[in-house]
Amino acid sequence: MTDSMTESKTAMQTDTTISRQTTSALLYLDGISVSFDGFKALNELSFVVEPGEMRAIIGPNGAGKTTMMDVITGKTRPDSGDVFFQEGAYDLSKLDETEIALLGIGRKFQKPTVFDMHTVEDNLLLALKNDRDVGAALLWRSSLPQEKRIDDVLDTIRLKGVRSRVAGSLSHGQKQWLEIGMLLAQEPKLLLVDEPVAGMTDTETMQTAELLKEINATKTVVVVEHDMAFVRELGVKVTCLHEGSVLAEGSIDQVSQNERVVEVYLGR
Amino acid sequence: MSHPLIRMLDRGATLFLVLLGAFAIAIPVLNLLVPPGSALHVSTYFVALFGKYICYGLLALSIDLIWGYAGILSLGHGAFFALGGYAMGMYLMRQIGTRGVYANPILPDFMVFLNWPELPVYWYGFDYFAYAALMVVLVPGVLAFVFGWFAFRSRVTGVYLSIITQALTFALLLGFFRNNFGFGGNNGLTDFKEILGFNVQVETTRNALLVISCLALALCFLICRAIVTSKFGKVLVAIRDAESRTRFLGYRVEAYKLFVFTLSACMAGIAGALYVPQVGIINPSEFAPGNSIEAVIWVAVGGRGTLIGAVLGAFVVNYAKTYFTSGILAPYWLFMLGGLFIGTTLLMPRGIIGTYYHWRANRTEKKDAAVPNAAPHAAE
Repeated sequence: MTDSMTESKTAMQTDTTISRQTTSALLYLDGISVSFDGFKALNELSFVVEPGEMRAIIGPNGAGKTTMMDVITGKTRPDSGDVFFQEGAYDLSKLDETEIALLGIGRKFQKPTVFDMHTVEDNLLLALKNDRDVGAALLWRSSLPQEKRIDDVLDTIRLKGVRSRVAGSLSHGQKQWLEIGMLLAQEPKLLLVDEPVAGMTDTETMQTAELLKEINATKTVVVVEHDMAFVRELGVKVTCLHEGSVLAEGSIDQVSQNERVVEVYLGR
Repeated sequence: MSHPLIRMLDRGATLFLVLLGAFAIAIPVLNLLVPPGSALHVSTYFVALFGKYICYGLLALSIDLIWGYAGILSLGHGAFFALGGYAMGMYLMRQIGTRGVYANPILPDFMVFLNWPELPVYWYGFDYFAYAALMVVLVPGVLAFVFGWFAFRSRVTGVYLSIITQALTFALLLGFFRNNFGFGGNNGLTDFKEILGFNVQVETTRNALLVISCLALALCFLICRAIVTSKFGKVLVAIRDAESRTRFLGYRVEAYKLFVFTLSACMAGIAGALYVPQVGIINPSEFAPGNSIEAVIWVAVGGRGTLIGAVLGAFVVNYAKTYFTSGILAPYWLFMLGGLFIGTTLLMPRGIIGTYYHWRANRTEKKDAAVPNAAPHAAE
């Protein structure tokens, strides 16, 4: 695995045009197209996320938001186009899910997916950044720094009171937070967060916005969300997708006043 | 977080080992030292029967490790069991020597009968016990590794994996049926005389085999417990419940599955190897797809994902089988087995031990709820 990674790295470094194009970007998508049985889920999608940025992605159903996440995390291979990570050092379209996760891209799914049979604590333990080899897992022993780290994350996601409950018994909102907590424990460079406030109450939504802002202080975040109040609360640059490509980009006010965006959202 | 040893030997596991140890001591004592006339005497028939159940228990344990914890439903585990059995059978055949019907010092009887001029190369070395013992673990292990490497890398899961494991055992069944395969064809390997110089028929050897089987089961149980209570075990459960999520966390899912699948096959091989000298025969019917499915039923009845339940299930179902197939109900046994499986799935999906654990967890929860301000960690 390491071999293939260094290979692709050297391959990228020799190609100077690409590294020049993407010098500063953490995530670089250029002309990505994906089609499923003739349906174009992504159509020449291009955008760039700078390190330390928080970006909100909006768009009507079927705009290609989740497919875009799938392409970045290695679940779906693009038919054409480039996906580069870390200033063009890694070509994500050549790596699989595990390799991409180990590079430092964490993903929270649309439907909260936590390990239902494990306790909240164990969920975080599994996500915690450390050696993921079979041997390491067999010989693993708990250590103080690790427990401290889990405590910290539990504080951040406000789930300390339920740490020994099984995750399956948590409320929907708590599961969403637990999954964000798992992302944090992974210590990724880039967090992809798919609909974090779906099914949350207004208070929970605002708390989640706070939480994401806190996280953004140290990490790059890409949030996909439908909830406009939430996106407004985040107050970050917004990219609006439509039919698999970028329709508009800018502040939430600019984007929501864009005639094409209004048309797409309200129907023509 | 407690010490790994404490996590490994919880109350249930300790009780299981104590019970197993008690059986391993009591049965030989009651068979060998108590005179046959006494009410406490245990018959040699029972010793052999119990020894057989222990081997089935070990097979069930190996299935539970992969099915209960990693969600890999193998419907072909009987193949690994039979391969281990054949490796042991080949050693036992070579021990017969000149005592066979044709009194050929090298060739087993069936080869003489088929006019084979010399011993096939793959039979070499089986006159040494250590070599045969190595093959008992190695052959199922290597087959499982190669099979798993292809299956897990191509992400074959769920019912598709179950079907190809069935195909695997069925293919081996057809192969071993053939005379020119060199394993005794239809009749398999039988008429064993000695194991390590001891007569396999006498009571002392039978009792010794029973004790060794109990030891093997205890050892494999401890290995399984160590695995499922480690972080590795937590990853396995994570894979079982949300495989792609585990992948997105950065775990090499196929490596985890491959490790546990191979280990499980080795354990099944050991079970088969201990089974053969106790029942005195190994033939291709051990590869029958139905056998593997039956073993899965034992695990389901006892409670998957509990380890103890798998062994218990093997005992309960096989005792029922022995009991019913020797009476007037014999023709209806398969209906009863089918009914048992349907009944378990519908009425007791957690199995015997699983239902008990669930009931106990509910009770402690209620007790905690009744006492306000109970310590949040009381359940642990």
